[in-house]
Amino acid sequence: MSKPQKSAAGGAAAAAPGAAAAPVYTPREMMAIAAGRFIKDGDVLFAGTGVAMLAATVAKRIHAPQAHIFFETGGIGPRLEELPMAVADPRVMAFSNLNAGLVEAFSYVANRRLHTIAFLGAAQIDRFGNMNSTVIGDYLHPKVRFSGSGGACDAGSLASGFIVFMQHGVQKFVEKLDYLTTPGWLTGGDSRQHAGYRRGGPIAVVTNLCVLKFDEVTHEMYLAERYEGVTPEHIQENTGFPLDVSRATVAEPPDAEELRILRDEVDPQRLILG
Amino acid sequence: MAEHNGLDGKLMSIGEAVERFVADGSQICVGGFTINRNPMAAVYEIARRRIKDLHLVAHSNGQALDLLVGAGCVRRLDIAYGGNGRFAPTCIRFRKAVERGEVLVEDYTNNMMSLRFLAGALGVPFIPSKSGLGTDVVERSGFPPELRGEKGIPCEKVIVIDDPFGHADDEVVLLPALTPDVSIIHAQQVSTDGTVRIKGLTFADLEQCKASGAVIVTCEEIVPEDYLRLDPDQNALPPFLVDAVVVAPYGAHPTAVRYFYDYDPVHLNHYKAVAKDDEQWAAYLEEWVYGVESWDAYLDKIGGAQLAHIRANTVAGYAPGLDRR
Repeated sequence: MSKPQKSAAGGAAAAAPGAAAAPVYTPREMMAIAAGRFIKDGDVLFAGTGVAMLAATVAKRIHAPQAHIFFETGGIGPRLEELPMAVADPRVMAFSNLNAGLVEAFSYVANRRLHTIAFLGAAQIDRFGNMNSTVIGDYLHPKVRFSGSGGACDAGSLASGFIVFMQHGVQKFVEKLDYLTTPGWLTGGDSRQHAGYRRGGPIAVVTNLCVLKFDEVTHEMYLAERYEGVTPEHIQENTGFPLDVSRATVAEPPDAEELRILRDEVDPQRLILG
Repeated sequence: MAEHNGLDGKLMSIGEAVERFVADGSQICVGGFTINRNPMAAVYEIARRRIKDLHLVAHSNGQALDLLVGAGCVRRLDIAYGGNGRFAPTCIRFRKAVERGEVLVEDYTNNMMSLRFLAGALGVPFIPSKSGLGTDVVERSGFPPELRGEKGIPCEKVIVIDDPFGHADDEVVLLPALTPDVSIIHAQQVSTDGTVRIKGLTFADLEQCKASGAVIVTCEEIVPEDYLRLDPDQNALPPFLVDAVVVAPYGAHPTAVRYFYDYDPVHLNHYKAVAKDDEQWAAYLEEWVYGVESWDAYLDKIGGAQLAHIRANTVAGYAPGLDRR
């Protein structure tokens, strides 16, 4: 998908002739900024590894300094002076509110008083935001084995909601999952509630091309925002199920200050930005 | 340094501890999480002794899990996650072993595995959870039916029931308790009376130790009993739960130990490179496991300069500015 990546990165300059040179950015930088914008000051955030950690860190530096970030390992409210590269990184234990363990961490995920938003990734996602991070192929004789749930299924089950990071592609946005690891809206409508869940469900999917959300009634995925320079047709071609693109707007690109913080302060070694 | 009187009979070498408490077919759990505080000195000793047919029960023990699976020590796995952060989104030898059918895997989640250890610790046979309803984690089992009822294998993976207290639309997942034969953890400090102090996150180490039939604690250092009694709020486990104490400086390498050392990106990158190839992996095992006679010899191979690079800053607890690429 090198073509749309380039057009997304260069689109702003072409779209605004006469303006000051718009910053050039990569899709991954756009993902981190787009996801970070879902974070509000004061939110309680459950962060996984990878881009999730980047989005949480950058939001805390930019517009949500009072957001509370915690990790399933038990790191609660660390200052994150250096970017952790795993949820068990000693950097999630430094200058934190407190250091605990897994049982305590999940009691914050599930806590009925807290509005906890989780950031998750997966190998496959379906139109209702259910996710697979376990196997490709037959479960008992897998073609490809992945890490497994970790805390993803728990966050999908227990948190107030979750936001997903995915690379866009037909292998990842599939009609049917090979294994359902993390519950989204299950079969849509009110099926999640009938399965016994009290709350939660996917809020948005942030990809290298766009931001997808879920219809309030059917809970089917639709295109909410496409990054500049990326066409709805291209997004549909990279999605393995039909997508409603009629509601799409163009996402605000990152500004120079957002990019400076992301590159110079949050991930100077480009551990996650690549 | 005070006398080790309270450690009489417990202070031993890693070889003695593994000899005494880990056997072919044991159900074991190890402490730590992905790249942090894995009891690697013990794990390499288990691999060196070519212990077989282990049933490893784990939440997200990345490096220990991958070494034990890669060395052929494990036959069965109850697991939530086999990954190692950026170094291996899926643990490499684990992935190969599962794809080749060399290990049987029962998939749970981190919350489920933590609760299963907690249930074992509390002596209850099962514990309810709200995780996984309507997912394949609950619907699919990786262990064949003929294993059911064997030692350490519950009669069902999970059981879903209506909330017995009668709340409408409120199903719960019942999880079988875990009571492993032995738990092995790596801690920063053990006192001369056998009290254990863990700095930073405890993960599920405490639940694991309380659920297990025996507990081995490897540690960075032994400190005087009075020192840990000065601030008992910071202590993790009491002496009467600990069966073996092993002094193993850098005993979690290449994983991190808060206030002592960071994870070692050089060795983890080397591991990642060789683990992808069967021949290079076999050579790694020869060089780093079978070809070294002790943990000291392993550390000699890592080298003093590299150990200095990853040494933790006294304030931050990790190595600020460490090149982690």
